[in-house]
Amino acid sequence: MFYLFCPYCGEHREEEEFHPRGQAHLSRPEDPDGCTDEEWGDFIYFRTNPRGLHHEIWVHAVGCRKFFNVTRDTQSYEILETYRMGSAPRITDLNDKQQSREVQA
Amino acid sequence: MTQRNRLDTGGRIDRGTPLGFKFNGQHYQGFAGDTLASALLANGVDVIGRSFKYSRPRGIVAASAEEPNAVFQLGATEATQVPNVRATQQELFDGLVSQPTSGWPGLKIDFMGVVGSLLGRMLPPGFYYKTFMFPQAAWDTYEKYIRKAAGLGRSPRKPDVDTYDHLNHHTDVLIVGAGPTGLSAALSAARAGARVILADEQAEMGGSLLDCTDKLDDKPAAEWVRGTLQELAGYDNVLLLPRATVNGYHDHNFLTIHERRTDHCADHAPTNLSRQRLHRVRARWVVLATGAHERPLVYGHNDLPGCMLASAVSTYINRYAVVPGRKLVLMTTNDNAYRTAFDWQDAGREVVAIVDTRAYATGAWQAEAERRGLKILKGMAVIEARGRQRVTGAVVAGLTSDGNRVTGDRQILNCDTLASSGGWSPVVHLSCHTGSRPVWDDDAIGFLPGKTVQQQLVAGAVNGRYSLSDCLTDGASIGAEAATKAGFPAKPATVPFVRTRPEIGAMALFCVPHPKPNSRAPKQFVDFQTDVTAAAIELATREGFESIEHIKRYTAMGFGTDQGKLGNINGMAVAAKSLNQTIPETGTTIFRPNYTPVTFGAIAGRHCNDLFDPIRYSAMHEWHVRNGARFEDVGQWKRPWYFPKADETMQQALNRECLATRESVGILDASTLGKIDIQGKDAREFLGRIYTNAWAKLPVGKCRYGLMCKEDGMVFDDGVTSCMGENHFVMTTTTGGAAGVLEWLELYHQTEWPELDVYMNTVTDHWATMTLAGPNARKLLAELTDDIDLDRDRFRFMDWRQGTVAGVPARVFRISFTGELSYEINVQANYGLHVWETLFDHGAKYKLTPYGTETMHILRAEKGFIIAGQDTDGSVHPYDLGMSWAVKEDKPFSFIGKRGMKREDCVRANRKQLVGIKTKDPSVVLPEGAQAVDNPDHPLPVPMLGHITSSYYSACLGRSIALGVIKGGHNRMGDTVHYPLADGRIVEAEICNTIFLDPEGERQNV
Ligand SMILES: [Zn+2]
Repeated sequence: MFYLFCPYCGEHREEEEFHPRGQAHLSRPEDPDGCTDEEWGDFIYFRTNPRGLHHEIWVHAVGCRKFFNVTRDTQSYEILETYRMGSAPRITDLNDKQQSREVQA
Repeated sequence: MTQRNRLDTGGRIDRGTPLGFKFNGQHYQGFAGDTLASALLANGVDVIGRSFKYSRPRGIVAASAEEPNAVFQLGATEATQVPNVRATQQELFDGLVSQPTSGWPGLKIDFMGVVGSLLGRMLPPGFYYKTFMFPQAAWDTYEKYIRKAAGLGRSPRKPDVDTYDHLNHHTDVLIVGAGPTGLSAALSAARAGARVILADEQAEMGGSLLDCTDKLDDKPAAEWVRGTLQELAGYDNVLLLPRATVNGYHDHNFLTIHERRTDHCADHAPTNLSRQRLHRVRARWVVLATGAHERPLVYGHNDLPGCMLASAVSTYINRYAVVPGRKLVLMTTNDNAYRTAFDWQDAGREVVAIVDTRAYATGAWQAEAERRGLKILKGMAVIEARGRQRVTGAVVAGLTSDGNRVTGDRQILNCDTLASSGGWSPVVHLSCHTGSRPVWDDDAIGFLPGKTVQQQLVAGAVNGRYSLSDCLTDGASIGAEAATKAGFPAKPATVPFVRTRPEIGAMALFCVPHPKPNSRAPKQFVDFQTDVTAAAIELATREGFESIEHIKRYTAMGFGTDQGKLGNINGMAVAAKSLNQTIPETGTTIFRPNYTPVTFGAIAGRHCNDLFDPIRYSAMHEWHVRNGARFEDVGQWKRPWYFPKADETMQQALNRECLATRESVGILDASTLGKIDIQGKDAREFLGRIYTNAWAKLPVGKCRYGLMCKEDGMVFDDGVTSCMGENHFVMTTTTGGAAGVLEWLELYHQTEWPELDVYMNTVTDHWATMTLAGPNARKLLAELTDDIDLDRDRFRFMDWRQGTVAGVPARVFRISFTGELSYEINVQANYGLHVWETLFDHGAKYKLTPYGTETMHILRAEKGFIIAGQDTDGSVHPYDLGMSWAVKEDKPFSFIGKRGMKREDCVRANRKQLVGIKTKDPSVVLPEGAQAVDNPDHPLPVPMLGHITSSYYSACLGRSIALGVIKGGHNRMGDTVHYPLADGRIVEAEICNTIFLDPEGERQNV
């Protein structure tokens, strides 16, 4: 049971209010019609499944209905940061974990 | 029956409150303060069950959660049956009824003794592993006998009479365990003002202090416990939870606590009280003060009743005033267990000998034993127990200093109780629940909690600090640390002084060697509950299982409801020795929630019966109930399914509803359709991107049907969207898809196109929607409105109008899902019932007929209208549906699904395509899901063409109709296909157009 900080509500809330929507920072190709089948197939089907640091989208489904990003360690289930759509993650390396604790504190 | 093992004085029981109880059909008596286990021991009940595999008699071994044998079925009535209750944790109450869960067909009738050896041969180590390799059929045969014989308990066959609650908490410090460590930790944290929850699995808090003979500040330990609890109870910021087992440690410091609130009162909970509670706690910091379980030594026939944990014997004597025998032999690897011999002697019973495995055991404890005149056999061990139903003797021999071999002569000591102590195993279970692996510690001779990412601290015996004085000081300082970390600067509480003797080093011994190899020695049990012996573990390693996780699965060690609390470390030690490894090299298995079994009642809480899932009702629900509707669940909605009259069958009701609608006028409650209000200056552009068709030119006052696809080009929802104003639309979705569609729209708006000025929200519950359909729909509606011009050429098909219906503001949409002249009237939900009833007041002369979802399905299928999610399944694109008219390829923006439906696989010939299906025999209604084949005589496997998605009997057409997908179906009009059914029939059918009725669409234009 995760405890997630919604960057829009500004509060930690229980996992029951959220659900995940997969890998973050995937953009819909600018020109879908110019994509090859392979490129389009990559966009709609292929996702990373890392052991360790992962950026993913969650939605505060029964809260503010906002989508936001989560940096999570898929091995320990630590949430290292949450941040709004359109902004970049601060943590892109598990060695930055310490930094994340300071950010969260 | 007399309590022949009960002492006249002492203990924490109330001799003035006798309690009657039943075990295995016999009546017994115990006292208030007893557990079921202590009461059975007081009555001298030796055999409490028979073992799982070998059917050997078993007795009570432990006094706490780690008990492997005394696991009972409780309950005086069918509705109050509870399986898997450890007698050591069940408080006695008057009228308690318990049954052994093992020992079929009875403890005394030794049926299994006869077949036990047979079953033993049937169930060699690796039995499960090998059985699961066999065909399923073989397993089915064994399974019912094994289950019955193994005694896994059973669930009640009647509904539970009790209620269970869930409680949610946030706390600064959760302390698990209220022994000396937990209590002193709680003092430190509570005094600093932190919100503290202190949970303990026992009825009385105090843990080992309740049976401890050491003095704290020269006073009985129980006095310090009383004072401490009194202080803690006085703090508003402290919640004390006795009878509450912290069973699960989940991510981000979320812990679940199972409180047996009234299980000690009676067979079921007193009126107006819940039986159990599940506390869901989010803690800033957690202090694990879970203590340690004593580890028994493994030796021959160590499962005989009378073989017990040394500390358990002391607990029974000191806390419950029960001496579970007359003549004690104590075997120990450490000084701590000497207490048991002293307690036994102080209770006035005979200590035959203390068998100390250490030749070097010369210190304060040995001096005290000698002062008391007790015989100590040093450098020796009990290699096997003698006896049939109970221990009658102990075979003792010398032991080499490394503990690996037996030396010298053997002697037999007569005794009826054989207590053993191999040291302590820290209760690391909770620390493992979130994935942390425990680490071996040579000084503690046990696994200690490993590194964790949780905000968790460990204190006392669970961290290898076994002595009472270490527990108190460690608890106080860790409690202060936890409070400080949680934001409440704290100082360690002052702890009492413990007067005790210094201890000398313990010996790391797990399995006592036998002169014979283990495979031929008397059985040396490692895991009592699953009947795993040392020899079985050695066999597993010989068969090539080297990983401890594999050995566990091969032997079933630790698979019981006790999760191997008593036996796992000994099993690992046996495996390590057999593999010529150290214990840390062998590693440990991982513990998972729950620590002890939790009832389904506690897990379900109030989420059962009416509260299992929210139910949604439309504003007209009451009317539907009054008018005899049969309901169907659609998502959480209750929708009228059909409205049978007196003796009608379902089909008769459907026929009547269909004909009445097509001949005059019918009415459907369509309130449950999803409705999403979409506004903003880019709303139109947004619609164009998420629908497959065109929206750029839809004028105000008009409606349009749209298909929604995912990026792979497959249809996932559909509905009519209406233009309310230049920047304002109302979208409808399928009933079940409403929430998903709204989230889908938000996802694209928030992540892909945040620059679009568009806002959306659900308005599903705001509106009551009623659909009038049939040739008389206009005449009826005209009677209820005077400000909406219903003229057929001015209020045209796919128009909507704002006005007044039955005196209330309404939006009326001329749209049709039946092919009939049809008006969808939307009014504020609170007016819904009024408008509905007014329609019926005026509708009698038109035979206004209510219809439900089933008639709606038939009427739309007659017209070939799809239902997303029924005729589509995520693998069907608009062209497969024959709906190219709903795809506008030349929109400037590459709408969602456009690129997907152009992929190679989506444009190939022979895709499954939606067609109409007419059976050759018009009376046969195909089952939905039936598979089409070209040639039913084709040798197996027969190539499949596709399946039936919708199938009904159409009263209007006087025949069956169906929709289905067929490979290349659009080019196979008129072909014959066959549907072989599960009952052996083969139904011949013809492929046809999806529109069965009124292909020109004339009916809606009347
Ligand atoms: Zn939020």
